[in-house]
Amino acid sequence: MMPHAGEFIFPNDLNGVAWTVMIVLYPYITGLVAGAFVVAALYHVFGRKELAPVARFALAASFSFCAFATLPLLLHLHQPQRAFFIMFMPNFTSAMAGFGFIYSFYLTLLAVEILLVFRTDIVAMANEKGVRSLLYKLLSLGVLRETAKSKEIDAKWVHALSVLGIPAACVLHGYVGFIFGGIKANPWWSTALMPVIFLASAIVSGIAMLIVLYIVFSKIRRVKVDDECLRSMMKTLWLFLILAVVLESLELLNMAYEAGEEWHILSRLVTEKLRFSFVYVQLIIGSAIPFVLLLIGWMKKTGPRTRVTLGMISGLLVLVQVLSMRFNVVIGGQMLSKSFRGFVEYIPEWQGREGILVAIGVFTMPFVLLAAVSQILPVWKIDAHDHQA
Amino acid sequence: MSCSGNKGAKDTCCETQNQPTGLLDASESRREFLWDAVKNFTFGALTLTVIPMFIEKADAEEVHTGKDGKETKGHTVIFGYLVDTTKCIGCGGCMLACKKENDVPDGQFRTWVERYVYYADGSVRVDANLKGKFAFSELPPINPKEVLKSFFVPKLCNHCTDTPCIQVCPVGASYKTKEGVVLVDYEQCIGCAYCVQACPFGTRFINTKTQTADKCTWCYHRIQHGEKPACVDVCPTGTRTFGDINDPESEISKALAENRIDVLKSYLGTRPKTRYIGLTAEVV
Ligand code: SF4
Ligand code: SF4
Repeated sequence: MMPHAGEFIFPNDLNGVAWTVMIVLYPYITGLVAGAFVVAALYHVFGRKELAPVARFALAASFSFCAFATLPLLLHLHQPQRAFFIMFMPNFTSAMAGFGFIYSFYLTLLAVEILLVFRTDIVAMANEKGVRSLLYKLLSLGVLRETAKSKEIDAKWVHALSVLGIPAACVLHGYVGFIFGGIKANPWWSTALMPVIFLASAIVSGIAMLIVLYIVFSKIRRVKVDDECLRSMMKTLWLFLILAVVLESLELLNMAYEAGEEWHILSRLVTEKLRFSFVYVQLIIGSAIPFVLLLIGWMKKTGPRTRVTLGMISGLLVLVQVLSMRFNVVIGGQMLSKSFRGFVEYIPEWQGREGILVAIGVFTMPFVLLAAVSQILPVWKIDAHDHQA
Repeated sequence: MSCSGNKGAKDTCCETQNQPTGLLDASESRREFLWDAVKNFTFGALTLTVIPMFIEKADAEEVHTGKDGKETKGHTVIFGYLVDTTKCIGCGGCMLACKKENDVPDGQFRTWVERYVYYADGSVRVDANLKGKFAFSELPPINPKEVLKSFFVPKLCNHCTDTPCIQVCPVGASYKTKEGVVLVDYEQCIGCAYCVQACPFGTRFINTKTQTADKCTWCYHRIQHGEKPACVDVCPTGTRTFGDINDPESEISKALAENRIDVLKSYLGTRPKTRYIGLTAEVV
């Protein structure tokens, strides 16, 4: 294939983009981890007691996504058997090298926090008879007794871990943004705003996912959706959505206003190549519409049933928004040939290790794990001291 | 085939910067050494690798690799590459030679030749012949009457002094030899393609045969023994010159001294050691 006159992409770009759908999925899943954790932290640290119905579930969700956050990365590597080199011979000038460490730290933190939050239930079930109790004995880490004193200490730890988890979540995801933001070769990526944009959109996606899952699980469990809890989540989502979209737009606005050397090609990227996924999906369907729906949704006057419908629709739309944002950054950035004279073709692949089918499979796994966790642990139980609230 | 070279001393301190553009960087400089030390301290402190790093740097300063693979006391060889675009005729011999010498898979390129055609209406056409024998004579001719000027620009890895590709490699599989040659350790590369993203010049690719990062090595397996890279050897017009830029008597040093020299995308501060004669603003 020869590029036509005026267009020229560097020869090695003719083979397509090097990072495909797996690298779209990787920041998406990581973002859900951070976002879900923020909801749990709003309850545990910032005293948003109305979030009690989803507080435990949020932790379980964060953990389930976290457990699979590295799988897409692994699948993307051309030499996956050497993946562990990242941990054993890291090159710390690389933005990628720290991921293994930050990730392991965060996963451990989440696991410990979950074990502590559910400790009373785990201990109770471990003391029952039957085969099932073996699992809980394991989860209790062998300590089958709880005293008032130990509960107090556990509560303190939960609080401490939640506090520590907030900067950790920010680092985890801000860091993912830096992987792109630190690439000076690519003007679509290279901006100091990138980590902040990734962080804001991560929080957005996490809250949206919780709203959707909360509604779905409530339907499955045939229980009523707690109106105050949903309203609070929608309000928070609305706020963070504004923040995320403003940051995303500011970045573009700045590029357009400065209209530097590469703007001629960037403007074509946005208006031609990414017109559908950026303008239509990310900006209109995924941002403008949910902005209005959420606004109506969190207003007091809105009835609970309408709120559930609005929450479900806007939650799903926001999830699509963030996915398209990841796509527009990861794939969009690579469409830009470094010749800045033409675009690299992106042809989505269905089959193969990095294909869309495998990606769908990978993305299903956290949900399977979450379903399993919610069978094992009472994720919908509201902490005793918040019953009155 | 593994071009692991002199991995004992992944060296960044031997080249120096006399100008921000990095066009002249052939002499040793203590300032550069200190700056590298500071940089390494910042990153290394996190992992308690400060001390080994200092030792490594000190080693690198001591070792002198001689010209043509022989040790020459007190002289450090820094390789450089010069492309005189005014001489290139677009025959594609270099591309063919590179492909043969380095077993480069079809459709992937360690070096290529671009043609720039300037039309009277102000438009510029850029293309390359990536098929057959890679010669431009194989492409449909352009009408000379419409053309203001036209020339060829061979491209290859710039063996940058401040390399974004080495910077981003999470496992240190991309590295620089004592002579300033940027290489990939194919046994260590995990194939993450981060370096492919980070190279501003499109010279890196994931080799479809080896499934690791790949790019021009300046034929490291040849230059270690005093030979020239295959592309330099085969070029019939002397467009490509290769040699020790730290030796003022070498052919390349003289050419660098006598001509107006440019590098690609100098604004990115990578300080390429592949230099050019006769670039225009349109060449990126
Ligand atoms: S041209 Fe690209 S691959 Fe070569 S040294 Fe520079 S950044 Fe690295
Ligand atoms: S592809 Fe290989 S050489 Fe390139 S950054 Fe990844 S591990 Fe390093």
